[in-house]
Amino acid sequence: MYRKQQKYVMGRELDQKNYRNKVQKTKNKSQTFKSEKKDVQDYHDTKNIIGDELIYNIKELMRINSHPSLQINNLNVDNINQRVRDAQYAVRGELVTIADQMQRDISSGKRSDFEKVVFCNIGNPHAVGQKPITFIRQVLSLVEYPELLENPNVTLLYPKDVIERAKEYVIGSRNGVGAYSNSQGFDFVVRDVANFIEARDGYKADLKNIFLTNGASEGIQMFLNTIIRNNMDGVLLPIPQYPLYSALLTLLGGTKVNYYLDEEKGWGLSIQELNSAVTKAKMKGINVRSIVVINPGNPTGQCLEVDNMKEIIKFCHRENLIIIADEVYQENVYTEGKKFTSFRKVLLDMGEEYRDVQLFSCHSVSKGFLGECGQRGGYFEINNIDGEVRDQIYKLACTRLCPNTLGQLVVSMMTRPPKEGEPSYELYERERNAILSNLKERSILLTKELNAIPGITCERPQGAMYIFPRVELPTKFIEEAERLGKKPDFLWAKYMLEEAGVCVIPGSGFGQKQNTFHFRTTFLADQDTLKDATQRMRVVHERLLKEFS
Amino acid sequence: MVSTTSSSKTQLVNSSNIKKLNGMRKKVLNEDTINPCIKRCEYAVRGELAIRAEELREQLEVNPDSLPFKHVINTNIGNPQQLGQKPITFFRQVTALIEYPDLMDDEHIEFTKQFFPKDTIERAKALLESMGGSSGAYSHSKGIPLVRKHVAEFIEERDGYPCSPEDIFLTAGGSQGVQTIIQLTIANENVGIMIPIPQYPLYSASIDMYGGKPVYYYLDESNEWSIDVNVRVLCVINPGNPTGQCLTEDTIKEIIQICHEERIIILADEVYQTNIYDDSRPFLSFKKVLRSMGPEYDDFELFSFHSVSKGMVGECGRRGAYFECTGIDKSVIDELYKMASVNLCPNVQGQVMVDLVTRPPKEDEPSYELYNAEITEIYDSLKRRASKLASFFNSLEGVTCHHPQGALYLFPKVVLPEKAITEARKLGKSPDTYYCLELLNNTGVCVVPGTGFGQVEGTFHFRSTFLPPEELFDEFIEKIKVFHENFMKRFN
Repeated sequence: MYRKQQKYVMGRELDQKNYRNKVQKTKNKSQTFKSEKKDVQDYHDTKNIIGDELIYNIKELMRINSHPSLQINNLNVDNINQRVRDAQYAVRGELVTIADQMQRDISSGKRSDFEKVVFCNIGNPHAVGQKPITFIRQVLSLVEYPELLENPNVTLLYPKDVIERAKEYVIGSRNGVGAYSNSQGFDFVVRDVANFIEARDGYKADLKNIFLTNGASEGIQMFLNTIIRNNMDGVLLPIPQYPLYSALLTLLGGTKVNYYLDEEKGWGLSIQELNSAVTKAKMKGINVRSIVVINPGNPTGQCLEVDNMKEIIKFCHRENLIIIADEVYQENVYTEGKKFTSFRKVLLDMGEEYRDVQLFSCHSVSKGFLGECGQRGGYFEINNIDGEVRDQIYKLACTRLCPNTLGQLVVSMMTRPPKEGEPSYELYERERNAILSNLKERSILLTKELNAIPGITCERPQGAMYIFPRVELPTKFIEEAERLGKKPDFLWAKYMLEEAGVCVIPGSGFGQKQNTFHFRTTFLADQDTLKDATQRMRVVHERLLKEFS
Repeated sequence: MVSTTSSSKTQLVNSSNIKKLNGMRKKVLNEDTINPCIKRCEYAVRGELAIRAEELREQLEVNPDSLPFKHVINTNIGNPQQLGQKPITFFRQVTALIEYPDLMDDEHIEFTKQFFPKDTIERAKALLESMGGSSGAYSHSKGIPLVRKHVAEFIEERDGYPCSPEDIFLTAGGSQGVQTIIQLTIANENVGIMIPIPQYPLYSASIDMYGGKPVYYYLDESNEWSIDVNVRVLCVINPGNPTGQCLTEDTIKEIIQICHEERIIILADEVYQTNIYDDSRPFLSFKKVLRSMGPEYDDFELFSFHSVSKGMVGECGRRGAYFECTGIDKSVIDELYKMASVNLCPNVQGQVMVDLVTRPPKEDEPSYELYNAEITEIYDSLKRRASKLASFFNSLEGVTCHHPQGALYLFPKVVLPEKAITEARKLGKSPDTYYCLELLNNTGVCVVPGTGFGQVEGTFHFRSTFLPPEELFDEFIEKIKVFHENFMKRFN
């Protein structure tokens, strides 16, 4: 009986006219099927013929649900989720694809005009020669292969505190790094993060409000996904900004509300500008819900002053804005006398009156002096967020099961490094200081070298890993770009890549004031590489100036 | 016009004053103002039961004698190493070397050789080179090119048909890949995605999250069919989760034929492809069957998923997985690449594990013998435990259970006494949830109620892994037995 039922032939020649009839008929037919459901179920239970039943059901449903007139053809760029198509993410766009190809050609000997492509497009320190912190990697290697811990000779290879830390992690994780952890992250890592935040800010952190993530980006994505309901929800984004934010807003269907950082004032953030951005958005009916602040700034390197942060918080209080504080560069502050202060600390310092200002802050192991990008470790903390909302975020965290366990351990070691007096302390401090002072020297050198190129101006960055110089482009060059259908700064960056072998990102990927042109470069490569790179850029740039004068 | 603005401003000021007076200014983000798609989605694997299990575990840590059991046993999730399955030595030796390459420098190498076979050192060196010297660097957003090449070779060898590394994307766990494809294909709210009932709840949760329409395969009254739904994707989990069923070649062919005719994309979740326990039902990939069907099907669109979390590997915490695009338009692959680049890259150690799992030691290599012994031991033990647990469930009053052909789960059906159903309803719980909560509270065994996966109305199921270690298996079974008998007695 059941088998007979499936032998009906699929009719695909349906037209709209008799479609509804067909639906009704099929519904009736499946009613019959349903009344026999019990038998089928029993049959299925005994004979285990999932395949037959499955196909029957699929056919039935397709007959009803496939909609001939609306039939979308094969997946192509115009019929996928259009938010995906519209999202822009320049950090790894077309230029990087060209750069990868150039590097392959150089490696295989096809090309020899320079030794290597200098990748200044992304804050990826280990890719340009920065060494990992020894303590961290020693611990990870033992956690990966805990059998080593049982060998008496392990003490010849590893310092005592490394062994202890590895043991602690093996025991603390209950079953090592091969099991899923809690979706929020290992309990002991969450605790380390809470202690770190407390020591930094002077206020206790609630364990429930800390979530470990696969890199900071994942946390930002989860939180924006929670906030954004539809395209009437707006989020204030700095211009220039790290394009993750604009890409995510497009993907999630929210509205970008731009506020411009003031290049004349070292990329400062003015409340007046925020005010006018919000007012303009409101006039368009946009419900501005949140503001993204990247501090220290990406790509600007600017570090906010506490007074400025207070103003921002007051503004958010008045305008009912949730603050998204991207603080992944908190260790990367280079200017003498400048100090990183978290939004959380400033907010809590402001007292009871501001306890309803909601705050999301994130941090990562990819930046700072660790530069452990490939480990994808990060965390976020939420403040003044209702328990029910927190539970929804937790559910979201559950759907991806857990953040990768090794990345979590790196977060633990970032937030709980070796202490003074422990065997690894000295080496750890030496490595840390060397990396940070190198970064500082390189930022100074690169600023100087870039400013020496005619038409390029930039200020020394206060923090982060980037410089965002302005380039004056000749009118004819701009016209040439327009003729080619390219953005002028993109065309310029393409010249820098193809002729100088330096991969930087055009400012348009981050946003810039109209008719100004910029690019973002990291200052991660060593001094000689940076000098050579800028030298080549200078030659190409000067040639362009001549050619298009 | 002007007066309206100023009056509404006054109103605003006033209302915020009132809120402040009450000390109850409503927060911007509260339960009613979050994204409704997030609110809608349900994810039972880590839901009420899992939270309760965590509470009980904490209670036991503080006060070990406060409950009628000593340990919480998590059979709610396929998490083998949590229940004591040992990692495969070869894999971990290589990953340890990659984390700390100094072990291979001149100063340490003599010492290292005592612990690490030659092939692990060679593998680690080759992989390190492929990632530019450090696992701490972001890789290519689609994954390290060498790893993708190895994955493509693995697929070619498995299926006997060509596979291009350009069609491979590495992801942070299989779930991330599935979510990406679901997000990609939901072009508007009328896009329907067919998912099986019972299903792994990741699918329904992701469809809700991205605003599409789930269309369940099993027909039942509660399914309100809308003719506005445009089915675009069919998800198949093979071997099935939670059902453990393996599809035959004929079934796969027929599914492909229907989908081809209807121009529907298949999303084949094949993460349990090596968890096969019934020799008469070998695993066949959708890709292989598709390619065997000839050039007529060359334009067919398929996404297939595999992961390091399952199989005999069980490296869940590492979040390593890949998906393969078959017959997918180049422009769409470019868009997927862009989506991947927004996430920068999947974690590198997860990628390394994908490499090792798809390219295990060969017969003539030093690590082969141990590797093979470990894999065989885990496999045989899983098979024994699967069969033992299924027979046990079938021996319980009112419980019926298939012997699984694959995967890591059993999905027994329980006929619950009327009184138990009434009691559950009184507590506002679904009867299967009530049964599972009682089981957890009395024995410490955590399973997932069938409601989370979907089930034919009026039937009740739960999902349990068969992962508890073999030496504790009898104790584990006994606990459930005693509980079940008492439960039935209590309500009959």
